[in-house]
Formats: sequence, structure tokens, C-alpha cells
Amino acid sequence: MGRMTRREFLETGAKGVVIASIPGIFKFDPSAAFAAPMEDIVNLNEYYTHFGVDEKIILDVMQTALDRGGDYCDIYFQHSIANTVGLEDNAVNRAYANVDFGVGIRVISGDQTGYSFTEEITSKAMKLAASTAANIANRNKTAAPVGLEHKTLPDYYPVKTLWENVKIDRKIPYLQNINDKVFSKDSRIIKSRIRFSDFSSYILIANSEGKTVCDYRPMTSLRVSCTAEQNGQRETNGYSLAARHGIEFFTRENVEKLSDESVRRTIDLFEAVKPEAGEMEVVLAPGSSGILLHEAIGHGMEADFNRKNISIFADKINKRVAKEFVNIVDNGTNMNIRGSLNVDDEANDTEETYLVRDGILTTYLHDRISAKHYKSRHTGNGRRESFRYAPMPRMRNTYMLPGPHTPEEIIKSVKKGLYAETFTNGQVFIGAGDFTFYVKSGNLIEDGKLTRPVKDINIIGNGPEVLANIVMVADDLKMAEGGWTCGKDGQGVPVSQGLPTVKVSSITVGGIS
Amino acid sequence: MNNKEKLELARWAVKQAKSRGAEEVSVDVAQSRNVEVEYRDGQIDKLKESTQNAMDISIYDDNRYSSHGTNDLRKGSLEKFISEAVAMTKYLNEDSHRKLPDPKFYSDQKDIDLKLFDSSYGNVTSEQRVKISREIESIAKAQSDKILSCTSGYSDSFSESVKVNSNGFEGESTRTAFSAGAEVTVDGGGGGRPQDWNWATVRFFKDLPDLEFLGKVAVERALEKIGQDKMQSERFDMIVENRSAGRLFYSLFSPMQAGSLQQKSSFLEGKLGEKIASGKFTLIDNPFIINGLGSRLYDGEGMATKKRVKIDKGVLKEYYIDTYYGSKLGMSPNSGSTTNITLEYGTKSLDDLIKGMKKGILVKNFIGGNSNSTSGDFSFGIMGHYIEGGRIARPVNEMNISGNMKEFWNRLAEVGNDPYVFSSWRFPSLYFTDVQFSGI
Repeated sequence: MGRMTRREFLETGAKGVVIASIPGIFKFDPSAAFAAPMEDIVNLNEYYTHFGVDEKIILDVMQTALDRGGDYCDIYFQHSIANTVGLEDNAVNRAYANVDFGVGIRVISGDQTGYSFTEEITSKAMKLAASTAANIANRNKTAAPVGLEHKTLPDYYPVKTLWENVKIDRKIPYLQNINDKVFSKDSRIIKSRIRFSDFSSYILIANSEGKTVCDYRPMTSLRVSCTAEQNGQRETNGYSLAARHGIEFFTRENVEKLSDESVRRTIDLFEAVKPEAGEMEVVLAPGSSGILLHEAIGHGMEADFNRKNISIFADKINKRVAKEFVNIVDNGTNMNIRGSLNVDDEANDTEETYLVRDGILTTYLHDRISAKHYKSRHTGNGRRESFRYAPMPRMRNTYMLPGPHTPEEIIKSVKKGLYAETFTNGQVFIGAGDFTFYVKSGNLIEDGKLTRPVKDINIIGNGPEVLANIVMVADDLKMAEGGWTCGKDGQGVPVSQGLPTVKVSSITVGGIS
Repeated sequence: MNNKEKLELARWAVKQAKSRGAEEVSVDVAQSRNVEVEYRDGQIDKLKESTQNAMDISIYDDNRYSSHGTNDLRKGSLEKFISEAVAMTKYLNEDSHRKLPDPKFYSDQKDIDLKLFDSSYGNVTSEQRVKISREIESIAKAQSDKILSCTSGYSDSFSESVKVNSNGFEGESTRTAFSAGAEVTVDGGGGGRPQDWNWATVRFFKDLPDLEFLGKVAVERALEKIGQDKMQSERFDMIVENRSAGRLFYSLFSPMQAGSLQQKSSFLEGKLGEKIASGKFTLIDNPFIINGLGSRLYDGEGMATKKRVKIDKGVLKEYYIDTYYGSKLGMSPNSGSTTNITLEYGTKSLDDLIKGMKKGILVKNFIGGNSNSTSGDFSFGIMGHYIEGGRIARPVNEMNISGNMKEFWNRLAEVGNDPYVFSSWRFPSLYFTDVQFSGI
């Protein structure tokens, strides 16, 4: 099962587990609570009402959590509502919905974590969970704070209409419209599958430093997958758009792009060949190729792997790891992007964190435990899948800043190589530094020009070596548009990544000789 | 809430949905309790305990279908939840293939005790859990002074679930599972930090393997990787170790599913009765293995499970067909999911297979990679050992294998006698000839 060795990274596919719901299942009217701008303290009170708690109850639960002498505790309330509507065989004939409601209680003692959660938000159930988590410590009681102070958050994902107010009948026309476009674009298309998903999460965090924050986190994605047939040969590919956004994200232009790109990427595969096996120059197209950074360096910079002495980057801070024009950041503050967070899952501010600045390895990605361990500042990377899990250092939006070259000169510089454009998944072994990503489609580069399409090849490299082998970086940074989810220790969190056109001088391509 | 109460709640939910207009309904209610210890440097790193609930309800109404889940099982909340679920379904397009399974598939459920529940579960104490973790760590750490990091651990779970279909199915199940093991990172010299794990999951506490084995093997596996490097791209014979071999089967399982066939994204379409693999390959789906991690008497839809030979001496005998896509394809359903996978095992151990290999690669881990169920193209990253003259010569990594599944399984030359029992897919080690490896 590879419980801890496998860091998997997948683009949410049509076959993924779909969870989802319909509006207003709980006694909660979002339009009253959240739709109109209001004083922040009112907002906090709405969250208190929503979860059926108040400051006194929370402080009381905290005291139970700290009864055995923990250094710190936090309480994480979450209510999430997920919906998916699907089209297959030209009909919108399936819908999935899920609601999830609960509270997680964490106690930290040194580097140690005690964790429990309950799906029943009553004082009794929360105290029971708190006393379970408290068991990680074994000292005299620590005093809970005497009061809570509310912190107002920035808003990196404003939405026009909350997803709870977008009923299913408003979503259905998008699916039918895209399906019609897909079939009208090319007569070789024989199947089209479309999934429209939205997810809203209401979060209230209180911690023993006396801080409370509350956050509404929207998410949406539209995924199109199609199969085409030509002379008995069949190919499947697709395209997806995802963002922390409202339904206004799906503009006419974006809808057009979904059908255009999914058809083009599928049809291109008919001409696709396999490259030769072995090491070669690889040019990464701008956008989702940022998967390279996620695997080659991102996971290795998550501070827990360094605290545990597992990471190949554990002894490389302040050392040169790449050429001077390479700058890599992990950012939680990009507007409406999938990995952005107004606040991380342990109530810390998010930020733009430099992993590599001018080619020098700069800082790990920290959560509360690792920041304390390293006596470093927080970077706002403490994330969790849901109230069922303790947070750990995770990436947000990881990308490389623009460099000095142009995409044209990069392609022109390659005599024989691979241009990698679309990806499905990747994985890394943190210690050895081995990482892979799977190229769904791209092109060969021959004598400085993009030539035949290629398909279905795995690329494997070593993180530090590949970073050192980044020899050209263009000025055309683009963020990934699809719905990427990062998996670590059994927890999935939404992320994004980005890259300008980049040339790696040598990396192993899984071709055929 | 015990299973009897869960059944009552599920029946109540069916009634609620029907009274609001649903024609047919399927309800699952599940509850599980989990305890998890992670241990390192002589102390608990993380201790987690929790209980969770879930209800899933599928609505079939006037040829329309939707499915809904919630973890709030209070009746007041459920009434509103169910009422909105039924209301939402009416917005969807009709789809005449959406229906509950034909009740004839419920009827011949086997009456045997699969022994999936260990009644001693309640006797396992917190101290025992920590003690097991501590012992594994100290065994592991005593193996080598090259260990940079070791995380050991233990977890157990108790889960109960019931299923009610409004056209005459009721089922219940109680299971336990116990896991223990370690993950180890060692100093590889020259910057690399090889790592590996040895973890085991079983249904009965008493069946947890020797802690010595769990700790020792994790360290041995990591140490064996020291000095790993890539080789020239070449075609080699390949042995895939038992615990990684299931990964390859996933590339056949996906195109064997009715959904892939119906959506014309399966390279196995029209191949029923044809040879798709070497004669050495017989694959059996067996739901009745006592203590099996994939054992069950009924499937996710409520249909009685059966032992089925899916691939017989290389000939594809059956797809995996669920009710919905089966109806669309005009094929009789036989369950869309796997239970336990077993093979017709050979006579050779992994060591024997290695001895019989003149030159080739033993794959111990796959890393990343994927396969295309429509065309059969695949490419995976690997780590393992180069074999020369029947002996392990040196560790290799950072290489890929590539090919097409349509012909790859025909080059299965030997099937080992060593099924990996800590998984529901019990693959033995497999020997393939002439596989494309890419490295330098």
C-alpha cells in the first residue's frame, strides 16, 4: 500500500469518486447569512449560529483538550456541500450530491499530535473528542484562553452567486450546449462525457492562541472527455477547467474552449507516435507542465519530510539548486485559482512563498509543527482534506516566474527532443528524488520545429538533477486550468501549478526503440 | 447504532423516499471506528481516533436517477435531505437503463461465514497499539546505522454496514481490519535517500505478521536500493515482484469494465472468447476467501457474488458488468467490481524466477505512469534491480517501461507461487519477456 512513500497527483478525471448535493439541506439559509456584505463580526456570529456553538462552548472544549497539558489546540468546524451533474450518451442523466458536517479537534505537544473528530456538533460529543485528542500529552493542564479574537480575512475568491443558490436546472444547459458543440466540431467524435461539479465549504477555526477565523471556500470544475474513431482506431482525451469561482467563471469563451480543446486534443492523437526511448531534451509547454515543479521540488520542500529527515532537499537550504533565472514560488493568494486560500487550515495567513529565488533554495513550506520545530515563520501551508484529518504542510499554487527567453527561441534551440503539452498524473519518492509525470500528448521537436504529435509516455527524472538541468525559461508564464488534486498520506487537496515554456537539457522519456 | 438499528434506519429512509414519489430506492448506512498510531524517535508522533457515519441513497424515479450522501443521520435532517434528493431527480433527463438489479440476482447468496470480523477487536488496548508501534521501530532501527528516518505504526478499524433495496434486498456486514508496519529512509551516500516500506493488513488481530518481519524487511528493502542508478535503454526480460504486480492488472481491469466498453474506450471491446494474454495467465475473481480483504457475499448493488474465472489460460471469459452499463450493452450483469483477485499460481518462488533470468530487471516499485484504456498504450516509471546470470547485480531506478497492453500480456512467461496476501488483489511475482525499458 505504500502508505507514506507514495505522493500521488492526479487530474480529477471523469471516473473519479464523485460526491456532491442540493441547496439548503441544513437549517441554514446561505442567502441570509452570506450573500450580502456585512460587518465581519456579524459574519462570525452567523458561523457560530450555523454550527450551533458560541464562544463559551468553544473555550470549554478547548479546556478539555488542554486538560493533560498540550502546548496548543485547535478546533476546526466544517460544513461542505458538493454537487455533480453528468451527461453521457447525449443526456443529462445523472446527479450526485453530498453533504458533510463535523468538527476536528487537534492537540499538539512538542512535535506530537493528538487528533479526533466528531460528526455530531454538541458540547458533549466535542468534549469527548477533545479528551481523546488530549491524551497525546501527559502533564499538568494548560490553561485555555480566556476569550477569542476574530480575525478578518482577505478575499481571494469572490463569487457573484453562492453555489447553494445555483439550482440544477441552471447547470443542465451548460452540459447540453458543450455536448452539442463537441459533436458538431468533428464527425469522428463518437462519445462525449461531461461532468459539472461545484463544491462549497464553510469553515470556522478557533485555536488556543485565542484566534478565530471563518471562511467560505467555493470550487467548481467542468470536465469534458471524448472518444473519436477513425479507420477502426479509437482515441480518448479531454479538457477541464477548474477554479475557486462561481458560475460566472463559465463564460461563453470558456465554454467554447472546453469543446474546442477536448476535440482537438482527441483528434490529434490519431497521428501520434511514440518518441525514442531514453534521455533527451524536453521542452515543457506553458501551463499544467508546472506538474514538473510539484513533483521535482514541491513535495521535497514540504517541511514535514525535512523534519523527518526524509527529503533529498533536507541539506540544501541556501544552496544553489538551479540557474540564476529560475524563481519558483508557492502562492496561496492568486485570485480565484484552485489552490488559493484566504487562510490556511490552522488559521495562519497564506502568502507568496519563494522556494527558489535566483536559483538559490530559499525556504521550506511550513505548517505550525514544522515552523516551531525549525523556529521559522509560518508560510501558511498547513492544509487538510477535511475536518477528519490533522493538517500537514501542503502546496497551494506552485509555479515558476517568467524568465529571460522566448518560447520561439527555446523550440528553435532543440535539434531532437520532446515538447510535452498535456498531463494526467505524476508521483515522487521524496528521499531518492525520483519523480515522474505522465504526458498524455505533445509533439516531437525536430530541427527546431514542432513536428508529429506524441501520446502516452511517462517521463522520469531526479528532482535536484532536473532543477539543475533547466537551461532556458521563457517569459510566457501560464497557470494550469484543470482540476488538479494532490494526494499525500491519504489526504487529497485542490492545488494548481504553472510554468512558462521551459527547456530541460536531459530527462528520461519512456519511448520505444 | 448497531446493524439492526441501521437496518431500521435504512428501511425508514426507503419509505421516506417512496412516500415523496421515488419509484425505487437503494440505501446504504455505514459506520466505522478507526484508531491510528504513528510512531517515531521513541514517541508517538500522531494518535488519531474517530467514529464516522454515512448514508448513501440512490433515487430511481420515472427513469431518472441520482445519488446522494450525508453524514448527518438525525431523522429530522434526513427527512429534508431525502425530500430534496427526490425533488432534484425530477430535473434530469430520462434514462430507461437506470434501474435496481433484477431481484433474481439477489437470490442465490451463499450462506457461509467469511470470517471478516474479529470479535477480539474490543480487547485491543491503547497500550498494545503503542507497544506494537514501538517494537517495530526498535527492531527496524537495530538493523542498520544508515537509517535516517523510521516511522512505524499501527491502525485498526471496525466497520458495520447495511444495504436495503426497495425491490427486495437487505444485507449487512461487519468487518475488522488491523494494519502494522514501518517506512524507512536510509542514507544512500551522494545525496540520495532511498526509502521503502513494509506494511501488512489483515482481518484478524492474531494474523498480524511477526513484528520482526515488518521492521526488518522495511530496512532491508531500503538498504538494497543504495547506489541505484539508471541503465542504457534496452529491451529486457522483466520480473515484477508480487506486491507491485497488481498495478499492471489495473490496466486490464479498467478496459474490462462495462462502462469503458459502452463508452467505446476499451481496447478489449469485442474480445470476449479471444486470447488476450499468454496461456500462463488465469485470473479468478473469488469473493469467498476466508478472512479475505476483498471477500463479500453481495456486491455494491446487492447482487449475490460468485466465484468467476475472468481470464482462462489467456482467453478473456468475462467482463466486469454492472446493472446499468450491462443494460445499455444488452449484457447480463455479473458485478462491476472486483472482490479478491487470485491467479492460477505457478510453482516457482521469486528466488527461482530470479535464478532463471539470464539478463533482465526485477521491478520492485512502480512510480507514476499510466495506461490508456482505449488504445492499450502504457508507460510506467520503475525501481528495482538489474539481474545478471540469475543473480541480483545492482539496484536500478529512474527508468520507464513502455508498450501496449494488447500484446504485453502475451509475453507473460512465468507466474510465481507467492501471492501477496496483504491485498485483495493477490498477485504473485510475474515474469515477462522482452519489455522496453528506457533509461539513458
